[in-house]
Amino acid sequence: MNSKIKLLAIGIVIGVIGWGGFNWSLALTNTEEFCISCHEMEANVYKELQETVHWSNRTGVRATCPDCHVPKDWMHKVVRKIKASKELYHKMLGTIDTPEKFDEYRLTMAMSEWKRMKETDSRECRNCHNFASMNLDKQEERSAERHEPHLWEVTDGKEPSRTCIDCHKGIAHTLPQGWEEAVDNDPLLKVELTKEEKEALAE
Amino acid sequence: MRKSNLGTAIILSVLLSVFVTSAYAVGSLRGEYDLDKESKTFEKKKQIKNKGFDRNYTLQPPLIPHSIEKDKVTLKGNTCMKCHSAKNFQKEKAPKAGDSHYLDRDGKVLSKISSRRYFCMQCHVPQLDAQPLVDNNF
Ligand code: HEC
Ligand code: HEC
Ligand code: HEC
Ligand code: HEC
Ligand code: HEC
Repeated sequence: MNSKIKLLAIGIVIGVIGWGGFNWSLALTNTEEFCISCHEMEANVYKELQETVHWSNRTGVRATCPDCHVPKDWMHKVVRKIKASKELYHKMLGTIDTPEKFDEYRLTMAMSEWKRMKETDSRECRNCHNFASMNLDKQEERSAERHEPHLWEVTDGKEPSRTCIDCHKGIAHTLPQGWEEAVDNDPLLKVELTKEEKEALAE
Repeated sequence: MRKSNLGTAIILSVLLSVFVTSAYAVGSLRGEYDLDKESKTFEKKKQIKNKGFDRNYTLQPPLIPHSIEKDKVTLKGNTCMKCHSAKNFQKEKAPKAGDSHYLDRDGKVLSKISSRRYFCMQCHVPQLDAQPLVDNNF
């Protein structure tokens, strides 16, 4: 009897420590410092990010790697982290350990990020960018023109709809060579034209 | 021995005073401003963004009316062509790079942008709201 209670107590303690440790390591691996502790990331994508608005801008709000690459809510985050174990495996294999190898593999990596973002309707972008708060008057002509609400927030059931990443590829890093053909040939990533656009093209 | 020492001292001090006076004679580029003060207020110019600039003469490469910070023209790619290529311009509601951009030097029509027109910013530039420093009579 006594030993059973002891066992339960030990179980609870281990559970608490394990749970805490799990969440702690989740938090620890969810920082930019962690992401760029691999030189593969530091030497390539991190350097490129530094040239963009998401690094330095008028308002001083910064996007870090996990802001765009790791979901915020717990469930999706854990799923993404489990998938990321593949990345550890490739790290050990040295799949992208030189800039040349990185460039060779970049299209594959970019395609998988684009697919992930397309599938989630660019969820991570929308964590920060909210259409309702965007003032189209204050945007550049060419931005406002393309931000028709029905195109990218399906409010009136118009198809096909679009999501941020359909139009905003390469906002944070250099685009891989041959990306345009690759996207056109991918059934998920291919951007379907709207009826209006098809009419305009036919003219 | 002594005398030459004295001589050197005199020469040195004369030289020194020449240096000192000449140092005063040379005006600093900072003008009258103290080292710990800002010399001039910095006048920041902004890029002009609009629907497009009028051209001043036929065959002028049109000026760029939007920001181009994000765009990169490198060996691996040219992001201007995301919007200005023959394939994408309608979808992106952008003007198509002129037909002249698709000709090689023998006048043959190419399907992709000509390498002679690859480096867009060689001819197309954005404009700031700044007055030219030197007048231009062109
Ligand atoms: C951590 C918050 C955050 C996340 C996540 C984020 N952004 Fe941003 N984004 C910003 C901020 C801040 C700016 C700069 C605002 C300014 O101009 O001061 C910005 C600017 C931009 C711009 C304007 C670029 C320019 O040149 O003016 C685009 C386009 C953009 N973001 C797209 C995206 C897309 C697409 C995603 C998803 C992949 C994304 N953002 C994710 C915060 C974020
Ligand atoms: C139909 C294509 C399209 C979609 C979908 C789209 N954008 Fe854009 N957006 C553009 C274009 C084109 C520009 C102007 C050029 C550029 O910055 O790339 C632009 C500009 C911007 C800018 C800069 C605005 C300015 O002028 O200062 C931000 C911020 C932005 N987009 C965010 C987003 C976000 C966030 C989403 C998803 C919720 C999104 N966009 C969806 C086409 C699109
Ligand atoms: C503003 C959002 C944003 C931020 C911040 C960001 N990324 Fe990305 N990242 C993307 C997008 C979008 C892609 C998909 C490819 C593309 O569009 O360039 C991508 C692609 C990648 C890729 C695949 C290779 C490639 O170049 O396409 C890697 C690796 C990567 N990011 C790592 C990082 C790291 C490390 C950081 C932090 C230093 C970071 N990212 C910060 C949006 C972001
Ligand atoms: C996101 C799409 C997009 C990208 C990328 C882009 N442009 Fe544009 N560009 C436009 C649009 C749309 C216009 C029409 C005017 C406007 O609305 O700003 C335009 C107008 C122009 C014009 C003026 C044409 C005229 O007849 O007056 C020039 C020149 C130009 N762009 C050059 C460039 C160059 C060079 C680059 C690369 C550094 C570039 N553009 C990148 C969308 C784009
Ligand atoms: C050698 C100089 C030169 C280079 C390089 C060049 N252009 Fe032009 N561009 C011109 C001239 C000249 C015109 C006006 C006459 C014409 O349409 O051919 C023009 C016109 C344009 C127009 C307006 C067409 C119209 O019908 O209103 C656009 C858009 C444009 N260029 C985009 C680009 C882009 C994008 C690049 C880079 C890929 C580029 N140009 C490279 C000289 C150049």
